[in-house]
Amino acid sequence: MGPQTYNSFFTVHGIIMIFVIVIPGLPAVFGNFFLPIMIGARDVIFPKLNLLSWYLYVLGILTVLTSLFTFGGAPDTGWTFYAPYSFKTTTNMFPAVLGAFILGFSSILTGLNFITTIHRMRAPGMKFSNMPLFVWSIYGTGWIQLFATPIVGITLMMVIAERFLHIGFFDPALGGDPVLYQHLFWIYSHPAVYIMILPAMGVISEIIPTFARKGIFGYNAIVASTMAIAVVGYFVWAHHMFTSGMSTTAQFTFSLLTFLVAIPSAIKVFNWVATLYKGSIRIEVPLIWALGFMFLFMIGGFTGLFLGSVATDVHVHNTSFVVAHFHYIIFGGMGSAFMAAAHYWLPKMYGRMYNKFWATVGWATFFIGFNVLYFPMFILGYQGMPRRYYDYLGQFHNLNVVSTIGSWILATGLIITIVNLIRGARNGPKAGMNPWEGRTLEWTVPSPPPPENFDVIPDLTSTSTAH
Amino acid sequence: METITNVHRDDEASKLGMWLFIFTEILLFGGLFIVYSIYRFNNAVAFHLAGEELNDTIGIINTVILLTSSMTVAMSLTAMQKGNIRLCLGMIAVTVLLGLVFLTNKYFEWGIKFEHGLYPGSAFLKELGHGDIMFFGLYFMMTGLHALHIIVGLTILVVVAVFIRKGRIRPDKYAFLENGGLYWHLVDLIWIFLFPLFYLIH
Ligand SMILES: [Cu+2]
Repeated sequence: MGPQTYNSFFTVHGIIMIFVIVIPGLPAVFGNFFLPIMIGARDVIFPKLNLLSWYLYVLGILTVLTSLFTFGGAPDTGWTFYAPYSFKTTTNMFPAVLGAFILGFSSILTGLNFITTIHRMRAPGMKFSNMPLFVWSIYGTGWIQLFATPIVGITLMMVIAERFLHIGFFDPALGGDPVLYQHLFWIYSHPAVYIMILPAMGVISEIIPTFARKGIFGYNAIVASTMAIAVVGYFVWAHHMFTSGMSTTAQFTFSLLTFLVAIPSAIKVFNWVATLYKGSIRIEVPLIWALGFMFLFMIGGFTGLFLGSVATDVHVHNTSFVVAHFHYIIFGGMGSAFMAAAHYWLPKMYGRMYNKFWATVGWATFFIGFNVLYFPMFILGYQGMPRRYYDYLGQFHNLNVVSTIGSWILATGLIITIVNLIRGARNGPKAGMNPWEGRTLEWTVPSPPPPENFDVIPDLTSTSTAH
Repeated sequence: METITNVHRDDEASKLGMWLFIFTEILLFGGLFIVYSIYRFNNAVAFHLAGEELNDTIGIINTVILLTSSMTVAMSLTAMQKGNIRLCLGMIAVTVLLGLVFLTNKYFEWGIKFEHGLYPGSAFLKELGHGDIMFFGLYFMMTGLHALHIIVGLTILVVVAVFIRKGRIRPDKYAFLENGGLYWHLVDLIWIFLFPLFYLIH
């Protein structure tokens, strides 16, 4: 694989995974389906707007894909579209950037829809103080989508203007500043990480109490930490740019804020563990995925602190250490949570149960493969192997081979899991209304739920808690 | 259960949704305001001189036009609330007309800038230096994006007018008109910030 092909591969991999899969993943699939049911509503508040954001999503994907097959060749700047690459490259940048813009617009409309739904559609007695934690996480996510996405929207528009009109916003030759681009980009793209991980945390906060057969420990603390992440996460972006040139004061401030934003995440982990403590734990596949999430997320989180402190960041910046950290959080964290949610809610969505044996095998294979694939990258990065180079020095060879073998194991695990889920959804045994003895509202309706969710809108004013 | 809840209408919710959307629009322009303030800080003198290039008179006329149009769109809403559909349609027509006059002025204003060679990428602008390049780059980007919003706002108002004629917006059901009006106020509000930033600060 030559350098140009390699550049295109990691760029397109990043654009598609981030903007198309991970950001909309949990909210679009499970949020759309379960948010209304969990608050006792028949649908989201603006069904037509929801349809529009779906069309925009499809249009955005098509636009991104256009960049692969039309003149100029696939984009090669990395998914971050850093200036000056993004306005100097001769590859087909415009459709990729425009596609990301359209996907952002779709994301904004989804967030807007969910926030309004939560404010206006809750069933009688469903208060903010007893809303399921998954709903809370979608709520926090919605606000991040509204706060952060417009910034990347305007930034991408400026990149397009740079390419066609040569205004010079980010071009030093014309008085512009490429570092300013990095700031604008990360003002969105750091919060975007929380758009990805908050719904995942919400899923885990539903699954753990269900299988511990115990109320969640520290409901209020989890709610507060969700909103704290949404707020503080907005002010840490420059930790991506410690080596780009900024004042020591700025480095210190952004490093401190980055450490602060780790606290609410840790609070959640403590609460999940405390919920499991002395629970009547029932080992089921969703719980295994949730525990896998906690393990991988914590490795990802702690290594995030290495990157958030200026001194160590300078050493491992732009090495495969960053790649490993990011994938532990997003693939290990959000990916595991997605699978946890899929196994948890599959019986509700399709009314059928997956095969437990193969689901467990799939998880174990995934978990082993994941660690074999990504853990060596921490070591490689620490030893100084840079990322985004199509070749590496001989001394890095062995661990790269280990990593590659891990990727095969990981892929096998994913295939087993997905095939098993599809087979379960098609012809698994009937699951019944409430296979997990869950206590949120989706378990009070038939599986699969009727098109309007509820015949009679539930009234929770008499019951003490819904969560 | 009867299906009444299916056609359930929640005007509060659509207003809340519109406010959230307006909020994202403000942030969209907010990104450009940040860029403006940074480059103004870096090129204070050049921005000062370049600002004097702009024609204050056209700017003031356009500001008055937009402020008046905000008033007429508010009047159309009040007329609808009072059941006077003719007056409501008339006020929307005046608003659309004012919006078009604004765009026409903008067209001529931009045209003059192009004649003087003050547009992104022109050889003349490159000779003037970095501050001027940034000033006029931002000028075209920001007023251009604003003009785009005017066009969107006008389109919404035309749709509103059609809906009123078809009876889909009525004195007992006018959330869409109200939201269209809100959007128009947003367009006006953004101009209220653009105008001093480019024309008045010398
Ligand atoms: Cu970050």
